[in-house]
Order: sequence, then structure tokens, then C-alpha cells
Amino acid sequence: MMQITEGSFAVAEAVRLCRPQVVSAYPITPQTHIVEALADFVANGTLDAEYITVENELSALSACVGASAAGSRTYSATTSQGLMLMAEVVFNAAGMRLPIVMSIANRAMGAPLSIWNDMQDSIALRDAGWLQFYAEDNQEATDLHYIAYRVCEDHKVLLPAFVCFDGFILSHTYEPIDMLTQEDVDKYLPKFSPPERLDAADPVSFGMYATPEYYLEFRYEHDKAVKGAREIIAEAGKEFKALFGRDYSAMVEGYRLEDAETVIVAMGSICGTVKDAIDEMREAGKNVGLLKIRVFRPFPSEEVAKALKGAKCIAVLDKNISLGAKGATALEVKDALYGSMVPVLNYILGLGGRDVRKRDIKEIVARAEKGQGDQFYGLRTEVL
Amino acid sequence: MAEKCKSCELFDSGHRACGGCGASLAARLVTKAAGPETIVVSSTGCMEVFSTPYPETAWKVPWIHSLFENAAAVASGIEASLKKQGRKEKIVIMAGDGATFDIGMITISGAFERGHDFTYICYDNEAYMNTGIQRSGATPYDASTTTSPAGSHSFGNKRPKKDMPAILAAHGAPYVATASIAYPADLMQKVEKAINTPGPCYVQVHAPCCTGWGFEGEQTIAIAKLAIETGLWPNFEMIDGKVTKVKKIVRKPVTEYLKTQKRFRHLFKPKQQDVEIAAIQAIADRNAEKYGLDIKLPPKKE
Repeated sequence: MMQITEGSFAVAEAVRLCRPQVVSAYPITPQTHIVEALADFVANGTLDAEYITVENELSALSACVGASAAGSRTYSATTSQGLMLMAEVVFNAAGMRLPIVMSIANRAMGAPLSIWNDMQDSIALRDAGWLQFYAEDNQEATDLHYIAYRVCEDHKVLLPAFVCFDGFILSHTYEPIDMLTQEDVDKYLPKFSPPERLDAADPVSFGMYATPEYYLEFRYEHDKAVKGAREIIAEAGKEFKALFGRDYSAMVEGYRLEDAETVIVAMGSICGTVKDAIDEMREAGKNVGLLKIRVFRPFPSEEVAKALKGAKCIAVLDKNISLGAKGATALEVKDALYGSMVPVLNYILGLGGRDVRKRDIKEIVARAEKGQGDQFYGLRTEVL
Repeated sequence: MAEKCKSCELFDSGHRACGGCGASLAARLVTKAAGPETIVVSSTGCMEVFSTPYPETAWKVPWIHSLFENAAAVASGIEASLKKQGRKEKIVIMAGDGATFDIGMITISGAFERGHDFTYICYDNEAYMNTGIQRSGATPYDASTTTSPAGSHSFGNKRPKKDMPAILAAHGAPYVATASIAYPADLMQKVEKAINTPGPCYVQVHAPCCTGWGFEGEQTIAIAKLAIETGLWPNFEMIDGKVTKVKKIVRKPVTEYLKTQKRFRHLFKPKQQDVEIAAIQAIADRNAEKYGLDIKLPPKKE
């Protein structure tokens, strides 16, 4: 049913429909509307969950670790500083192969303190062994939660996932969203039944100590699981399409890629702006297209290489930077295109909530076509 | 409540603890008292490492280790999950003093304030033993550790132990106790009581560490006893914040305890440090006063 609703509320509603049994979270801007809505659902009996109001984010995810290991579907949400405070648990939860789903309302990292959007937070934890989904709009942000639970809890995967959506730009924006019903979600998402759990009837040990004789193999298996998730994402996406019409079976999505000479690669809400700019540039006779990356972990290298075949110039937009190197997406795209002679130019933009407009996208395309790239875009002139 | 299993061993042999390890004895007694219907949450530390070298485990009950500082938060999540599933297992945390007094303090405070139903056991060996005997908030006054070494300008650790039982009692914990591996029956009784008291309960178990304190493994029990007999380890029980039971003693001078361990050797060699020993005696005297430790003997006849 279509309804006009706020991104955070829509995400909370999607989470409610997934029937998490334990929710544990700590408030942080701009994630708060999600956890407030969930608390409301519990208080009013529309969500039958234990809601643990922890004392910080480290404990928020730690409680999910305990609850997930004991056999419950769990949920948390955070962003930025909160995500960094829980970083140790982020690695730990993935290593224990606990399928926790956590929303990230993407926000910049301090210092300087910023509550505004970029993707530095979740990107900084790209190596933690979680799946990472990035939403373009609030429809996608809600749908990716159903898909994330379905994929994560699959016995061939058993991994946690970040569902990332841009703080404020999406989290606080009202959009028309097609919300699924409880019946829909129950049909799509089976009950949580992990292969192992903490249970006195069948004791197991979780989180043991591995000597150098064993540790490497744990990492190998973990990496294999993250990479293997691609097949399950495709399956889960196909079934979602069959039931509800929207297609998330591919980890990347092309927009007007046919005959595109210059291709912009981007993630998240900026893709909407890019699409509008492309439409205008196409009308002006420029062959420009977009490759949107929806799943950043596992990284869809093959899909990226295939989609970018034929492009003459690639402009990668990054709302993050590995300081001293490049943006994370650019590094991955370059790796995916290794051996190709097509120039890949990186633009660091939109950090700390700086607005990115259609005219900025057009300017970036113009610069890329002149071979000017690998730069911060939109800097105030006084630092130049 | 599940059937108790006094005769069965739920913390099994084959683990890698030192001979004479007080903490491993604590694990054995605690799991015996708790019984098989228990889920154990361990913090990172000696016990976690010596009991679960993959692919082996000494735990015959379900066991989880996540991190150093988060055992109380992990236990909170397990409790919520069991509640939701209608399951009745009891939750026991086994954490060292570093995990409890220092790095885990925030998560413990949060979990006790929220009032989850679990039993938190701190096996207190009075320093970070797993990393090589560094001081913690539980290290006693003047103990020499690798980060509070005695030297020409130092008598070792500069501060007395943090009073964790009082801190957790102040959180409204319904049951708080101290216990010692030297008194197994008392320890097990306290663990049982904690487990059967709804809400967050705390038992701090004195667990001497032969390697860290510097004594022979066969002395573990004797030294644990001396800690109680000198008044340096008051053994008591608090219900709803009030001390309800205390192990009374005929007190021995603290030197009898201090002399047994290398961590206090600098107080006696090369010369006896009377001022420092008097300061430690004063700690024991204050404990005796606070908890009423002393058995009043009838006055000697002239």
C-alpha cells in the first residue's frame, strides 16, 4: 500500500514487519526516529519484542550478539560515532557468524563534529566481514531490510548486514513508499532458525580462542561466506520481485548505460540527483549513464567490469575518503577494471552534508571528459 | 529450577590453566553450583583462553565469549532472548577483575541498572594475569605488578582495591557477596543463592594466582585462607544493600599473608618497610571495623 512517510519511520515499520525478537539500540542523530518508532511499537503492542535500552552503542550490538547467539532475530541501528564506538563488536559479531541486521543512517565522522551525511562511517568498517547494502531512496531502504534478513539468516550465509541509507537526506525525508503487509513479509521471510544456538539441551561454545594453527582458516571461511552471499542475494532478490514487483536481484543497477561514453559510478541517495542530471545531459545530446552500486560487500567486481565495458571515461563519486589514498568506491572500481585502459577519475564530494546538485554532476562530467579528476569537488576557494 | 548436579563436572579437565590456578577452581565450583541448565558468558581473559583453545572446550554447558568489556551486555541480550522464547536457563557471567573493575565497568553498570536476571561472577586474581600481571582496579595496595613495579622510588601499587561490591549494591543489586575458593561450600551456597535471586546479582570470588602473585601452586588454598584470616579479604553477603552475613575470624597480622607472596617481597627485603606494612594493617583493621570481622574472645584471666 502506498503511503507518504518519513524514511526513518518507513524503515522502523519494515523492521517491525520482520518480527525481530530482540531490539537493542542507543540514540544518536540522525538514527533516533527509527529507534523511537520501534520503542513506540513495543509500547503499543504492535511489535512483540524485548527492547533493551542500553547505555552505549558498544552494548547495543553486544546485546544483539548475546540474543542472536541464544537464537533470536535481532535488530539495531546506529551511525557515525556510534558505529565507531561499537566497532570492536562489529568485527566480533561477524566472526561469530551472527546474522544481525543493523540500519546505518550514514553520517560523517568527527573531528570536526558533524551530524550531517556522508558515508565515512560504514565505509570505515568495510573490512569487518558484514554485508553492506546502500539505498538510493526510502523505498529501497525499506525493501533492503526484508532482503537483508532473508539473506543473512540463510544457512549458506550466516552473516550480519548493514543496511545503509543517507542520514537526513533519506532518514528525515517524506516520500511515497509502497509498504508491505505483515502477510507479505511472513510469506517472504521464514522464521529464524540458526543451525547452532546457546542451548542447555545441546551445549556449544561460541567465540573460542584460535591459535595460529586455526585462525587463517576461520578468515578464509568468513571471506568465502561473504563472497558466496552474492548468489543468495540474487535468489532473494528474484523471489522478492516475483512477490512484490521490485527487482533487487542484481548488486548493481545501470541507468541509461546503453551507448554511454561517460559513466558515473555512485552509491546511495546521490544516484537520484545523478539520474536527473543524466536526463538533462542526454537531452542536450551527451551520452552519459550511471552505474549504481547497491551492494558494496561483497563487492560486485564482475558486474561492475561488465557494466562498464564500452565506457570511454568513468567518474566515480565518493562520499568518503581513505585519507592519503582515494575514495573507497574508486579503489574498488579500479580493481574491478584492472588491465583496462579506460580512465577512472575519482571525485570526493558531499562530505559532512555538503549539498550536491545537478549542476555539480554536470560539471563533474565535463571535468572527467577533460581528464581532470582524482580531486575533492566543490571546495571553498580559500583552501585552494 | 533445573536439577542440580553436585556430583557432575561441568568445567572439565584438560584445560590449560597452571597447576594451582585459583580461577579454574572457581569455574569448577561455580558451574557445579549452577548446574547444567546454565549458559555461561565469559569475558576475554585467562579463563577464556585456557578453557577454549579451538577446537577444544572445557565447558560442558553452553558458553559464549564475545569481548573483554561486554560480557554484561551480551548477557543482557541472552536474557532478553530467553525471555522471548520462554526458556528457563540461568545466565552466569564469568569475568576476571580487569574485565569487571576496569574495562567492563560501563556495561556492568548499564546491565545492573536495567535489572536483567543474571549472576555476575568476578574471579578476582587482583591483576591482568592473561597479559602478564599488570595492575587493575582490583590490585591491592603495595602489590608489585609489571605496571606497578616496586623499585627504589615505589612500593608497588599506589591505591587500595576498588570497592566493587558496594558499587553494585548501590545499583540496587538484590544480592551481592564475596567468596573464596578456600571455602568451597560457602562459595557454592552463595552462587546458588545468587542464581535463585531474580535480578542482577554479583559474587566476587577471591582466586589467588600462583604465577602472578609468586607462590608455589600447592599453596593456593592456604593463601586464599590467609587473606580471609588477616581481614584483607572480608567474606560477606549483602541482601538489598545490607550486609546480612559475615565470616568472623580471629584475626592474624597481615604480615602472615604478605610474606607468602613475591608480589609483596619488597616490603620485607632488603629491609622490612614498617610504615607500608602498617598501612596495609590499617586496611585490614578498617575491613574488620566495617564488616565486624573480629570474633570477640573472652578476656584472658590474669
